Amino acid sequence: MVMFGHFVLLVLIGGAMSAEVQRPRGVPLSKRQFYEEDKPFTCLDGSRTIPFDRVNDDYCDCLDGSDEPGTAACPNGNFHCTNAGFRPGFIPSSRVNDGICDCCDTTDEYNSGVDCQNTCRELGRKEKEELQKMAEIAKEGFMFKKQLIHEAKQGLEDKKSKLGDVQNSKKDLEAKVEALRTVKETAEQPEKEAKERHLKAWEEQKAVIRMEKDKARMADVFLELDDDDDGFVSFTELQSHSELDPDSDASFTEAEAQGLLGGVDKVDTVAFETVWNNIKEKYASESTADVPPPGETTQEETRDPSSDNDSENYPDEDIPEEDDDEDMDEDDEDMDEGDYKPPSTSQTDDKKDDDEEGTMPPYDQETQTLIDAAQKARDEFNEAEKALREVEDQIRNLEKEISFDFGPSSEFAYLYSQCYELTTGEYVYRLCPFNKVSQKPKFGGSETNLGTWGKWAGPEDNIYSVMKYEHGTGCWQGPNRSTTVKLTCGKETVVTSTSEPSRCEYLMEFTSPAICQDPSSSDSGHPDHEEL
Amino acid sequence: MCCWFFLRRMGPVLLLWLAVCLSGSWAVDKGNFKTCDQSAFCKRQRAMKPGESPYRALLETMELTNTRLTLQLINDNNKVRLLLELYRLQGNITRVKINELKPLKPRYEVPDVLIREPPTEPLSLLSQDENGVVLSLGAESQRVIVSARPFRLDIVEGRDVLMSLNSRGLLGFEHLRMRKDTFSYKVTSTVASVWDNIKRTAKEEEEKVEDGMWEETFKSHTDSKPSGPSAVSLDFSLPGVEHVYGIPEHADTLKLKTTDSGDPYRLYNLDVFQYELYNPMALYGAVPVMLSHNAQRTMGIFWLNAAETWVDISSNTAGKTVFGKMLDYVQGSSETPQTDVRWISESGIIDVFLMLGPTPRDVFSQYASLTGTQAFPPLASLGYHQCRWNYNDQEDVRSVDAGFDEHDIPYDFIWLDIEHTDGKRYFTWDPHKFASPKEMLQGLLDKKRKMVAIVDPHIKVDTNYKIHNEIRSRGFYVKNKDGGDYEGWCWPGSAGYPDFTRPDMRAWWASQFAYDQYEGAMENLYTWNDMNEPSVFNGPEVTMHKDAMHESWEHRDVHNLYGLYVHRATAEGLVERSGGVERPFVLTRAFFAGSQRYGAVWTGDNAAEWDHLKISIPMCLSLGLVGISFCGADVGGFFKSPSTELLVRWYQTGAYQPFFRAHAHLDTPRREPWLFGPENTALIREVIRQRYTFLPYWYQLFYLAYHTGEPVMRPLWVEYPQDPATFALDDEFLLGRDLLVHPVTEEGARGVTAYLPGKHEVWFDIHTFQKHNGGQNLYIPVTMSSIPVFQRGGSIIPRKLRVRRSSTCMEHDPYTLYVALDNQRTAEGELYIDDGHTFNYEKKELIHRKFSFANGVLSSVCVASSQRFSLPCSSSSDLDTKE
Repeated sequence: MVMFGHFVLLVLIGGAMSAEVQRPRGVPLSKRQFYEEDKPFTCLDGSRTIPFDRVNDDYCDCLDGSDEPGTAACPNGNFHCTNAGFRPGFIPSSRVNDGICDCCDTTDEYNSGVDCQNTCRELGRKEKEELQKMAEIAKEGFMFKKQLIHEAKQGLEDKKSKLGDVQNSKKDLEAKVEALRTVKETAEQPEKEAKERHLKAWEEQKAVIRMEKDKARMADVFLELDDDDDGFVSFTELQSHSELDPDSDASFTEAEAQGLLGGVDKVDTVAFETVWNNIKEKYASESTADVPPPGETTQEETRDPSSDNDSENYPDEDIPEEDDDEDMDEDDEDMDEGDYKPPSTSQTDDKKDDDEEGTMPPYDQETQTLIDAAQKARDEFNEAEKALREVEDQIRNLEKEISFDFGPSSEFAYLYSQCYELTTGEYVYRLCPFNKVSQKPKFGGSETNLGTWGKWAGPEDNIYSVMKYEHGTGCWQGPNRSTTVKLTCGKETVVTSTSEPSRCEYLMEFTSPAICQDPSSSDSGHPDHEEL
Repeated sequence: MCCWFFLRRMGPVLLLWLAVCLSGSWAVDKGNFKTCDQSAFCKRQRAMKPGESPYRALLETMELTNTRLTLQLINDNNKVRLLLELYRLQGNITRVKINELKPLKPRYEVPDVLIREPPTEPLSLLSQDENGVVLSLGAESQRVIVSARPFRLDIVEGRDVLMSLNSRGLLGFEHLRMRKDTFSYKVTSTVASVWDNIKRTAKEEEEKVEDGMWEETFKSHTDSKPSGPSAVSLDFSLPGVEHVYGIPEHADTLKLKTTDSGDPYRLYNLDVFQYELYNPMALYGAVPVMLSHNAQRTMGIFWLNAAETWVDISSNTAGKTVFGKMLDYVQGSSETPQTDVRWISESGIIDVFLMLGPTPRDVFSQYASLTGTQAFPPLASLGYHQCRWNYNDQEDVRSVDAGFDEHDIPYDFIWLDIEHTDGKRYFTWDPHKFASPKEMLQGLLDKKRKMVAIVDPHIKVDTNYKIHNEIRSRGFYVKNKDGGDYEGWCWPGSAGYPDFTRPDMRAWWASQFAYDQYEGAMENLYTWNDMNEPSVFNGPEVTMHKDAMHESWEHRDVHNLYGLYVHRATAEGLVERSGGVERPFVLTRAFFAGSQRYGAVWTGDNAAEWDHLKISIPMCLSLGLVGISFCGADVGGFFKSPSTELLVRWYQTGAYQPFFRAHAHLDTPRREPWLFGPENTALIREVIRQRYTFLPYWYQLFYLAYHTGEPVMRPLWVEYPQDPATFALDDEFLLGRDLLVHPVTEEGARGVTAYLPGKHEVWFDIHTFQKHNGGQNLYIPVTMSSIPVFQRGGSIIPRKLRVRRSSTCMEHDPYTLYVALDNQRTAEGELYIDDGHTFNYEKKELIHRKFSFANGVLSSVCVASSQRFSLPCSSSSDLDTKE
């Protein structure tokens, strides 16, 4: 500290003393008593006492800046503007004589050469009007709010009583479902037995039919094979059917043919019965040689074509994402949710039963009656169960809504399940309170989620003044989109502005009567009187 | 702002292209930029072996006039002759020019960089024999020795060799030639010259044709190289030198490293996305000036060539440890240390200025005598600048402006990046977001504040855009190799690039800044040129094709000059719009030697990382050494989001660097100074206010830089040239002679160790006034509010302690002189005052006084007197001293 000289050279000196009579320039009335002319001045922090002529001499003596209330000399000083006709106020000393009019009474620019106009009266009038307008809005808004509170209360009561009702009806429904389940099960038992009986009979009948068909075919084949119509099928005649070659080695030898005929040269119709059982699997009718055997229709042809192409419905993970292109992202998502259809599972396999044996005969009257009865019981049961599920949903929703934080007096309840839009140059913004915020390009394009309901996020003393919506669509190299909704008092419920102050962090201004304060109890918001 | 990578506003074609190119890695994609091996001429030249120079001086061709020596050189391998010109320039500079004696067509000689044809001094012949000649360089027994075989130049003072050229035999000069397979139908000149060419071509037959001589492909881009090989290169040996500096722009240490084990330092203006630190890759600007320094002498080499250039550095002591060097010293052994430098350029000629010092100040003034000095900026531009990509709309601008007042933080300029335009059409405003720019500018003017709006040199191809139509109809666009208008992708999509090398184009461009042309502009609107490397998103190495044409020259020849021309035309526009009265302020990203004459430069798209904060110091120091004093880095870091600690430390560093601007990428969260809690707001407020209190000193330093070319922000060795401890310091710096700054650039730092130079100096902490002796390493404990800054004992620094909303608001405020006494209880200083914004200082409308304090008396004399402010030219006053 020794050698450092600290000198001030005033090269361009400003401040001449003013003609202020009652108190030094820049001193508020409330501090008048500390500035007594002809007495030494003690800095307001008590740190130092100086001759009075060093007050407002444009040189800072007090650490707290109190010796220069009317000049810009002290870095931490304040200048008081009386602003007659408007609100008095303080400005930082650094704004005294800086060539910019700050005090509406022009007192801060007494030596800068700038020509300030006294605008206090005008400002006062405007402020008064503004305050009146605000008060008007607040008053009306608050009336609306009271109504909203009343409605919310009513609504809550309604919902609670409805919840009670629904809970009661749920009980009834539960009982009904149980009863119908018993009825259903009772009706299904005889139905099942009757159906099984019917099915068994049909199976037996089918076996008979199948055997007869086989016999008929055997006879046909015998005739077909018996080329010389001698009533016998000989091994030579058999040899013309190369598909019957037991080792399929492209040479159907005599011995092999004889082997098929049971070691003899030829067989008659009776003996052919044994032979038939050996060859019928392989035998190809001469007239229908090209037709594939029934029942082996190629599976592929009958598949639902969509099952081959379902990859089209998925976004391809291997394609590098076009990163920040918002629209693309959303397209992908929409496709995930909307356009994608699961591959069809409908198959045609069950068809093949009824070719050879014909269709199962209809149920007899008795069985049909049982079935109808069971079906009716099932339908009634399903319907009751569905009704129960609906009621349960209803209860859940009601409970959620009843327990939701709609403000101290549930005044925000009316916003629930509503949506409000604002159209700007490029986008339509949509706020669905307690649900989500979204943005949609005005001229086509898909919607972007700017956040789903998160929480009330106002300052501690006014937590219901801000809503926070979070976890919206992600940003390239950035956070998920989120929106802060600032609520202000208004007669109407309107989104008044939106902006994106920081990338992917949106700000929405929203007016609602529900945030209006009781105008009769909130004078403190308007500092009409001088602060001490 | 701006990386070429940012995609949101790009068309779909580019989107896909980028998606392929960039698979999400963060750092620079080195593969997008050439190594020396991938640059055919660099590879060819670097393959040359030392000690095999084919060049011989033909002494019989020597002609010596009063001012100039000329001499032919012959390449004994191919018999091609070169013409050497040697000049002695005023101020201890030697200029060496080498060109082909009879080039096939003219080779490019860089225009518009030298401020005039440098005045010469007489050369005289001292002796001559068959081995060489000795010429006197005038005073100080300086001689230049020209050796004939092999050709070499030595500059000698007394018995010391200062510098040798081609001592390693790496002079390379690829003469222009006809392409063998096509020359017969390409030649259009006279029969005689055809015959000459044929003869010459025949002689070359033994020369091998290498890949990349007539065509070169990098990634998907082919360079058609219509002129074939045309590289030039030359080596310089610097005996006794271990420290070389300069050749910005590189994100590297102040002391340049040897390049033997890697790539040479590259000078090729490029838009490098997310650049990497501590490597020799090219960045946005290029100044081909290197300084060498040892305790005896400082010198400079100015290689005047605007083509792609590579600089190799090697040293015979590079590998040695401190102990090894000590051993050499003790044993008096071995060789003297020596640094060898080699410059390689793709085209043009060799035109090199050897600035022979001997002091650092001499080198600065020598270089200034060639390329001019720092433009004297308007005072307000030395204040704080608030920038962001992007302030969204007028309301945003208004509320940020109001935020500064609410938090009582001064600022002078608020900036608008590309989003303020109507669809990236420069000189226009977004009709919705900036519907009434004049209203906005008036709002700022009412608070004596200003705005900068960006104007980039790429012009949207859009027939509804006036600027495009006019440039196209006047034929002002750069042409592609086939003669059509060159088009590339940039922010607006398809864009043309005006040919700023043309004086008529620059004049037209300048006229666009006139108030009746640039709609919405007012006197408090200034300009920022970004992307002027030029950046071409889909071009080779993100820049223009080398075979694009600027009238008769290839882009190859002029590349590094393009950004300077853009900057110049813009600055001239701002001067002209005020009728030549007002000083311009223009910021540029690309630059070249001479760019200091047009305004400020910043270090481009850095990142919010501690290492980037650290590198801002050597990057700006390197620029200052080569004349560009008005340098700054984006405070906070452009890419990514800084921690609060980093942001505060960056403000504390940036406040003591010449160009002080906070900037942020579009995708980063907001970071206006008041968004990080009251405590940090207070820290940032305090440091910005410190900046404002020092504005008189900054202004005076810039006036000095404008006058002398001395850097404002300078390495310690500039002031303590004989103290080797300062030679490699780049974590601290001096502002002028009198302020020493050691910013805190370590995360969680508890203290820093600052070197206080000068055995007989004393240094005073500017906050506590605590005195410290010089010539020591001082450990300084730090807290978040600490910024270690020291005032030199023996200095007087003028400050203004009434910090107001902006510098203009402080115009009439009193000055406070901080007198720091040295051990003899004396001090000296200066004060410079003018109107802060016009050129009237040229008419001596200024006050410039010199203060001295001795025997308890402060006296002042005028350095320059003024007609307008009639003050007595000397005065003194007794002062009561606070000790």
